[in-house]
Amino acid sequence: MWFFEEIEIGRRREIGAYNFTAESIKTFAAKFDPQRFHLDEDAGKNSLFGGLAASGWHVGSACMSLLVADSQRLAREAAARGEEVAVWGPSPGFRDLRWIKPVLAGDTVSFVNEVVDKRASGSRPGWGILTARTIGANQRGEEVYGITATAFVPMRGKSVRSVPT
Amino acid sequence: MRAGGVEIAAKCGHNLSFPQSFPNMTLTFEDFPPGRFGTFGPRHVTRDEILAFAAEFDPQPMHLDDEAASKSMLRGLSGSGWHLCSLMMRMMADGFITRAASLGSPGVDEVRWLSPLRPGDDLTLDVDVVEARTSKSRPGLGIVKFKCTARNAKGEALCEMTSPILIERRVGTA
Repeated sequence: MWFFEEIEIGRRREIGAYNFTAESIKTFAAKFDPQRFHLDEDAGKNSLFGGLAASGWHVGSACMSLLVADSQRLAREAAARGEEVAVWGPSPGFRDLRWIKPVLAGDTVSFVNEVVDKRASGSRPGWGILTARTIGANQRGEEVYGITATAFVPMRGKSVRSVPT
Repeated sequence: MRAGGVEIAAKCGHNLSFPQSFPNMTLTFEDFPPGRFGTFGPRHVTRDEILAFAAEFDPQPMHLDDEAASKSMLRGLSGSGWHLCSLMMRMMADGFITRAASLGSPGVDEVRWLSPLRPGDDLTLDVDVVEARTSKSRPGLGIVKFKCTARNAKGEALCEMTSPILIERRVGTA
């Protein structure tokens, strides 16, 4: 994982793909978003979505899981090279989340993350705030999801940091 | 209490998100004028739920491991922000969306994670309508912009979410 100083605006990474099975769509929806078009194939077909559709929060959470997996891959690689590993902080939030097209059962969505801005935190010395846009596209190349999110990223030399487990 | 509105005690333990005299009435665009719509919850959040969500969708040490979490900026185990948003969605669904003529949402304008979600928190959700307008391209449809604030039992705001939802207009009004 990078420190604030090493992150370049415009850096772009393919962070992976997530397959939305009917089972995973229904399991998430039963817990968090029990609307008919997320729970039942027929109700989905008869809705604006045209099929069993994943909750938008399932799509966002799946994207988050890939972002975390990618960052942990990078951290392992850096640790293997004997480099100091940056442990990122939490996110203050996000904006401009767009559910552009429905994500239907069987769809595989691939996500690309691009750094769009970075600045020093005004309130937390030693920390920067990174802004990145992540876009998801389905197996036909159609954009289905987009989000602009921020995260606290440590500056180099802020403190001694250990490798995350 | 305005027609179609809601009046819910935060501590009542269940949602009365519906005019009791019309329990089968579907809420339409007209039922969402600007202003406070209601307060929903409480929803108790367990440590096990926080760990399970984090393991599947946000496996950062600050959401999974007490030791790592105590050294993090949030100073103790916290739930994923995506878990909190998903719980807010569920509270909105239980509160009114599954009883509204909702056609889904095109997105979220903004989410601000203000304070950490902690194991054992009892969440309430304040729901305000900040804007309600009819669709120019689809006269049968309204666009209701909600601002939802999740709070813990101390009343601290944990998350603010601003999001539009598409809701059908009452038949005959378009």
